[in-house]
Amino acid sequence: MSQTDSEIRFLTPPAFEIKKKKFCRFKKSGIKYIDYKDPNFLKKFLNEQGKILPRRITGTSLKYQRRLAKAVKRARHLALLPFVTDLLK
Amino acid sequence: MLNQYETVFIITPVLSDPQMKETVQKFKNLILDNGGEIVHEEEWGLRKLAYPIQKKTTGFYALIEFKAKPDFISKLETEYRRDERIIRFLTVKLDKYAIEYNQKKREKAIDSLNKEIGG
Repeated sequence: MSQTDSEIRFLTPPAFEIKKKKFCRFKKSGIKYIDYKDPNFLKKFLNEQGKILPRRITGTSLKYQRRLAKAVKRARHLALLPFVTDLLK
Repeated sequence: MLNQYETVFIITPVLSDPQMKETVQKFKNLILDNGGEIVHEEEWGLRKLAYPIQKKTTGFYALIEFKAKPDFISKLETEYRRDERIIRFLTVKLDKYAIEYNQKKREKAIDSLNKEIGG
């Protein structure tokens, strides 16, 4: 044992979880109305298949998640966003 | 009581330019004839659709923002359904935040235009 006793070595380094606090970006930047005519903005809240990301991932507040879902659905109706796809973006 | 609405519709791409203009004009007249007033209109031009509609992959988008009585909307939508040139439409009522948002967007567009002319 050449190492000093105080230094503990791990086979796998322990994951240091620095929890980044999620926030609702609509509340933070004061967006009151979510525009369904802007597909590039709405794409930030979709996964690769074009599904709406859940709140637990994006951190959006319930109020704005509802409005966001509505906006996405309107955009899909107008063929601004796809209903299903592989590799959006 | 007039409410503020916004309607977006997609016209088939098979039409010629004057026919396209005429279609938009027809719906504008329909709004005006029924005691509405047009606040703003936009033509987004020919755009690719995210998925095919009636076997067409592109469409001509037009937007009209207008004020009208609530019972006019059903009339407008039946007219959309009757017109075979319209392949998709959406009409939404605007709340106060939406009106504010649209106004700001328009002002911004004018501002950038002015800057272009100035610079």
